[in-house]
Amino acid sequence: MNDPPLLELQCVSKRFVKTPDAAERIARLLGANAREHIVHAVDGVDLALARGEVLGLAGESGCGKSTLGRIAAGLLEPTRGTRRWRGREVAAQASAERRRARLAVQMIFQDPYASLNPRLRVEDLVGEAPVVHGIVRREEKRAYVAELLDRVGLDAGAMRRFAHQFSGGQRSRVGIARALAVKPELLVCDEAVAALDVSIQAQVLNLFMSLREQLGLGYLFISHDLGVVRHVSDRVMIMYLGKIVESAPTAELYASPNHPYTQGLLAGVPRLAHSASKRRRAYAPVQGEIPSPLDPPPGCHYHPRCPQAMPRCRTEVPKLIEIAPLRYSACHLNEAGS
Amino acid sequence: MSATLQVEDLRTHFFTREGVVKAVDGVSFEVGRGRILGMVGESGSGKSVIGHSILGLVDPPGRVVDGRVLLNGRDLRALGPEALRALRGDRIAMVFQDPMMTLNPVLRIDTQMIEAIRAHERVDADRARERCREALARVGIPSPDERLRAYPHQFSGGMRQRVAIAIALLNRPDVIIADEPTTALDVTIQGQILHEMQKLCRESGTALIWITHDLAVVSGLADEVCVVYAGKIVERGEVELLLDAPLHPYTRGLIESVPDRGVRGRPLAQIPGTPPSPLSLPTGCAFRDRCPRADAVCLSEPALEAIDAASEREGRAVRCFHPYREPLAAPA
Repeated sequence: MNDPPLLELQCVSKRFVKTPDAAERIARLLGANAREHIVHAVDGVDLALARGEVLGLAGESGCGKSTLGRIAAGLLEPTRGTRRWRGREVAAQASAERRRARLAVQMIFQDPYASLNPRLRVEDLVGEAPVVHGIVRREEKRAYVAELLDRVGLDAGAMRRFAHQFSGGQRSRVGIARALAVKPELLVCDEAVAALDVSIQAQVLNLFMSLREQLGLGYLFISHDLGVVRHVSDRVMIMYLGKIVESAPTAELYASPNHPYTQGLLAGVPRLAHSASKRRRAYAPVQGEIPSPLDPPPGCHYHPRCPQAMPRCRTEVPKLIEIAPLRYSACHLNEAGS
Repeated sequence: MSATLQVEDLRTHFFTREGVVKAVDGVSFEVGRGRILGMVGESGSGKSVIGHSILGLVDPPGRVVDGRVLLNGRDLRALGPEALRALRGDRIAMVFQDPMMTLNPVLRIDTQMIEAIRAHERVDADRARERCREALARVGIPSPDERLRAYPHQFSGGMRQRVAIAIALLNRPDVIIADEPTTALDVTIQGQILHEMQKLCRESGTALIWITHDLAVVSGLADEVCVVYAGKIVERGEVELLLDAPLHPYTRGLIESVPDRGVRGRPLAQIPGTPPSPLSLPTGCAFRDRCPRADAVCLSEPALEAIDAASEREGRAVRCFHPYREPLAAPA
């Protein structure tokens, strides 16, 4: 009947504690009341991804979206909360099973240059992991890599080349081929097209979409670019200072954003709509800046920038509640009427 | 009425060991008072070099080899380094992508701003400080008095860019050249800065050249757009006309590949291939290898010209033998 979601994060949090430097340790020894620096990069987030689903995750820099992506990919251990793969808690599994779960989620990074070993040829960059993990035999490696390169739109001649011999768009393709080599079911793309020119960005986005169709891949698609997120995602989550403030099916979120932050984000984005009237001549941007995550405002984190803030927003943290089927929003305005 | 800034047949070449790179190859355009010109191109198209060439900021092995840059009718290329320095920061200013290129990290903001005023004008310190305060307030920096005494590292990225813009505005220049100033910023901050720049240009009559790779930014900001490909302007026109009915296949491809326009989930139209290496440009039209309309005619080089009398009146021009004459269809 109801299959458990492919990947599920339950109330995950990630805290980063800054270790005190020498001066602070001395100050503390002398009795000074030095505060510990704690950043709640991710603060109690729930997330579920069904098989073959594309979930978009958008927010400003510093909102914790990359940290959440790394937790989802299994690269970071959450401080609190659980991570389940096909309904089973990954941390509690035996190591062989844990490895399988880990291989099934692969990550695509913003800067493929930084994530590809500059001293390896593509043949090894892409082919090493599947051989190590016993997915293909060493003799089959070349043929396997050639097949992967073909899948991402590179010719087999690329096999003998190094990462620096490619253009930005081709390098992204190598990064994608490498992720696909271990037969993942879910790709976490962290700003995967942000550094590419528009014409190349379109090529890579199309590649992601065709891979989804061919292989039934799911994606957690992290981007600050709301246009890109809208194009690829089935569902979108908007993140602000470590918390999800709104989550909804893509069309509904863009047509009628509920949270004031989402509304502000969408209003401030320059758009290239196909009718002149929809193009923005005057901007109505969100005021102010994202506060320091070291010292987030009390209550609703968004209240200092929110045009509709009420006294209650300054003290009470709003919960993410279902406001319509499949639509969630964390704003006191939704409760005011009820 | 003559334009504030007029660029005629500008050519900037880089003399590298591998050969001569024609980064800017015969570029002409003009901007009038209070007008905003968007200069759009992909990385490596030469759009930034255009900005640097206008200000005489091209470093060896690059050199402006030909052309004229007329600021209020005066040719900047004929000026000596001293005279040019007197103009830079005074009549013509630049805002860079990275504000830390403009700001000195070890000096307080007020020191840097007052210096920028007094380099060009004899003003007493109090009056100069007052002008700095006004400039910071104008770009939307809260409590400017306090912020004047801060160092660049005490500002966030968005605030730093505002300071850089405030410095560019200090002497009420005739022209500001902004090179990708919002590319590194968050969408909300970008929105705020676009909003303010638009207002400032209208109010002060400053002509603005906005260099960017992002057509969406230009669509809401600029009056006129130049599309740059491989060191040449391939299309020029008023922003709405250019976006609704792009003439050049490259412009059309750029617009169609923006995710925002496409239907969600439907494949995006894409321009095949990658921009050519500036060291080995194809002969004739530089875009022909990637162009769906290219044929044998494209082996010779097209000129940038109006396609008919109507487009001539609208000030539109395209560098193509096979321009599109019908407007862009809205996606079904």
